Amino acid sequence: MESHELKRIDLIFSNYTTSKYKVLERTLQRDPDEIINELMDSGLKGRGNAGFPTGLKWKFARRNEAETHYVICNANESETGTFKDREILERVPRKVLSGMAICAYCTGARKGIIYLRQEYAYMMEHLQNELNIFHQHVKEFNFDFTVEIFLGSGSYVSGEESAMLDSIEGYRAEPRNKPPYPITKGLFDMPTVVNNVETFATAQVIFRIGAEEYSKLGTPLSPGSKLFTLSGDTPKPGIHELELGMTLQDFVKEFGDNNTKAVQVGGASGYCIPQKLFAETVIGFEGIPTGGSMILFNNSRSMYKVLHEYLRFFTEESCGLCTPCRIGTQQLLKGVEAVKKGERPVSYIDVLIKLALSMKSSAKCGLGQSVANPFISIIDNFKEEILY
Amino acid sequence: MSETKTLIQEYIALNGKSRNQLLPLLQNIVQHQNYLSEEAMTEVARAMGLSPADVYGTASFYSYLSTVPRGKYVIRLCRNISCMMKSQAEILSAVSAHLKIKVGETTSDKKFSLVQANCLGWCHKAPAMMINNEVFTELTAPKAIQIINEYQQK
Ligand SMILES: Cc1cc2nc3c(=O)[nH]c(=O)nc-3n(C[C@H](O)[C@H](O)[C@H](O)COP(=O)(O)O)c2cc1C
Ligand code: SF4
Repeated sequence: MESHELKRIDLIFSNYTTSKYKVLERTLQRDPDEIINELMDSGLKGRGNAGFPTGLKWKFARRNEAETHYVICNANESETGTFKDREILERVPRKVLSGMAICAYCTGARKGIIYLRQEYAYMMEHLQNELNIFHQHVKEFNFDFTVEIFLGSGSYVSGEESAMLDSIEGYRAEPRNKPPYPITKGLFDMPTVVNNVETFATAQVIFRIGAEEYSKLGTPLSPGSKLFTLSGDTPKPGIHELELGMTLQDFVKEFGDNNTKAVQVGGASGYCIPQKLFAETVIGFEGIPTGGSMILFNNSRSMYKVLHEYLRFFTEESCGLCTPCRIGTQQLLKGVEAVKKGERPVSYIDVLIKLALSMKSSAKCGLGQSVANPFISIIDNFKEEILY
Repeated sequence: MSETKTLIQEYIALNGKSRNQLLPLLQNIVQHQNYLSEEAMTEVARAMGLSPADVYGTASFYSYLSTVPRGKYVIRLCRNISCMMKSQAEILSAVSAHLKIKVGETTSDKKFSLVQANCLGWCHKAPAMMINNEVFTELTAPKAIQIINEYQQK
């Protein structure tokens, strides 16, 4: 594939200082079905990594009649290497609140909740001030909607939408059986839309510039732009807004240190892409999606250490509810340690790969299901480093 | 009435005792007492009409709701890959040597506890550390020690 210069986009953080909830005010005058159609036309898919079409989610929730509805903003942001939601909430919270309010208007919710991870408690005062201003505005717009913050208590799996509902209700954050999905039976059994922080902020952007303009960015399968959070061996760590659908080669050309041997796309639950696959790997829903986390490794890094760290992370964060994940994560960790030390034959790796694959098909939630992503992609591409 | 009992009853008087108040109440106790003692969990159970096992089972799920005693200041050093790549191990050993405690332990004056945490969300400014709610980034070992010394004076 030929190489392209990456275009820098500035939609999420721009156009803010003058923001007096004008976009919200304007949008609340429109017909809810028309709003949802515009969101569907934009092609926006969830920015929390699962990639469900946002307009469709709102449409389903709208269709489900109930006593009340809820809107939840997922700010648990615990995927390793991700820090965009924190930055959005600090710098452009009004966009997020606008997105939530428009969602509430379309679905019939009167109450919204921001599930904020405990690690971000330092911004509580700032957010509370913003909420006060927000509540004044929605009152002026004659719209009955309030948002409160629910502080997490420290757990990665709380970010899984159904586990989050249990956490808000006062229980261990254990994922629920699905279906029913939250849009049918969510918080306190009411239809609930759960969206990522960036998804709500992007919705606001779409209602400002229009679906047509927005979907000119990116590719047909991955329209628009998104925030990427870069860390590891890069001279440009930080947040960069880029069009979806770029190749990893173009990405590394711009952000690598001329010595990049692999990029972990999507954090611990994502995929490790080695240099030989950079040119053919597309970052987006048609290729490798990411919630934003991009960690670059150069030739000085041991991929065994990387794999080991991810497995340790999963072992610690597994909620323990289902056996494949509770036992599987531990066995994978012990297994690679044993092979590395020579206590198990090299062929044992194949047994571990089978285990990872069976977790993919049998674990109850995305945590256990995704362990195979880093496990197999690192072992496939860096077998020598893992074995010896 | 014990201090713990008062804390719980004041919370309940203000917020009620429906199940969804359990986690905020436990957070509130941790904020005041640094951890959840057996007395606190039993008292919460009684006050909310839950079993102590239920309260313990819920609390022990979450890393911030410690059921073992912790110091006034909890030092959380990020241990994930991006911090690992920026010499987080050096900071850990320097802090550990300085306070003469290992990971998971608390100083004898009950001032500091040292824990390793999963991604704190500051990977681009690794290595990162939190002391209670305050964030410190782009650390070096001397910088981390200096920050801790400042807390020592508080
Ligand atoms: C273990 C696990 C952790 C997750 N953590 C988050 C998170 O921190 N933030 C988030 O937005 N989505 C997270 N998700 C995805 C959510 O379940 C859900 O798909 C998302 O919040 C929907 O919002 P979106 O459609 O706007 O992306 C997680 C999923 C799993 C399986
Ligand atoms: S896959 Fe893991 S995190 Fe998910 S429900 Fe099962 S044990 Fe819990």
